[in-house]
Amino acid sequence: MKLTIQVNEGPYQHQSSDSAYYFTKAALEKGHEIFRVFFYHDGVNNGTRLTTPPQDDRNIVKRWSDLAEAHGLDLVVCVAAAQRRGIVDEGEAQRNGKDATNIAPGFRISGLGQLVEGGVQSDRLVVFGD
Amino acid sequence: MSEETKKFMYINRKAPYGTIYAWESLEVVLIGAAFEQDVSLAFLDDGVFQLTKGQDTKGIGMKNFSPTYSALGDYEVTKIYVEKESLEERGLTLDDLQHLVWEDEDEDYAEKDSIRLVSRAELAEVIAASDVLFNF
Amino acid sequence: MAMLHLVNKSPYDAGNLETATAYMQGDDALLLIEDAIYAAIKAGKASAMLAGKNVSVLGPDLAARGIAEDKLVEGINIIDYAGFVDLVEANDKVQSWL
Repeated sequence: MKLTIQVNEGPYQHQSSDSAYYFTKAALEKGHEIFRVFFYHDGVNNGTRLTTPPQDDRNIVKRWSDLAEAHGLDLVVCVAAAQRRGIVDEGEAQRNGKDATNIAPGFRISGLGQLVEGGVQSDRLVVFGD
Repeated sequence: MSEETKKFMYINRKAPYGTIYAWESLEVVLIGAAFEQDVSLAFLDDGVFQLTKGQDTKGIGMKNFSPTYSALGDYEVTKIYVEKESLEERGLTLDDLQHLVWEDEDEDYAEKDSIRLVSRAELAEVIAASDVLFNF
Repeated sequence: MAMLHLVNKSPYDAGNLETATAYMQGDDALLLIEDAIYAAIKAGKASAMLAGKNVSVLGPDLAARGIAEDKLVEGINIIDYAGFVDLVEANDKVQSWL
């Protein structure tokens, strides 16, 4: 099964990112293909490398980065939503005159077309949100 | 790269302005138009509030994005389902909503209604017949 | 052609489960995750909405919230994330009632 997963909420505020992570992990363990994980709305906040969660709690951002590295996942943060919420990579910093970047490893910023493409190319689209 | 077309259904169940979901879901529809799939939109529960006429956002300082709904026809979105029960429960009628149209180039650009007022049972059938369901 | 309906909000907090169950047809499946697991408590008012439906509930979310399995409606399927993946595969598409 080829899956696209959509995450609509940011880390910690809602359980969405956690549920999406455990679902994605279970799908990979069963040998399914993750076409893309697309982060939209406040979900883009899963893509900042600047979080410092408490030591005794899960590190949501790092968990996604690690899963992406282990399985070659395509973690996409929507550019329009990212601009609104301040998730920035090198390209965006240059384009929009920002003096810093904060994108976490394993994430890339791209257009909404990536979500639509996920819908076209995948067997299932699973949305996690509020 | 050409594959068979999928039936895309964008489901809208939230009111506008109190949260961003209504606007950001519309942005997906606009970008999605380029992918030439078979697109439908559904408005139910509080989603019906997105289509009201006369939205004036000056007092709350937010961008009034409601004109975008009337542009949907130009993006080849011609099937906009509005659930009857949700409208009635909320004390609205079709008359409270924008009159959304599209131009049928096969009929000399005749203007046709985009909004299809349907019952919950009918909309359930339409959703069941869709291939990809978007929720925000 | 059956659909998997996904609900994640408590029925005592939001109307999502009510809408979801109103839209369920035929062989459709319902999966309760996150705060929606409370709907599965047998003695709760909301459990009536589950009657006659093919319902599963995510075990980890039950356990997290301290809801013991013996408090749940009869015949409900308690599954894990692997079971969640299986449900997605077994149905044609997923409708997340956010």
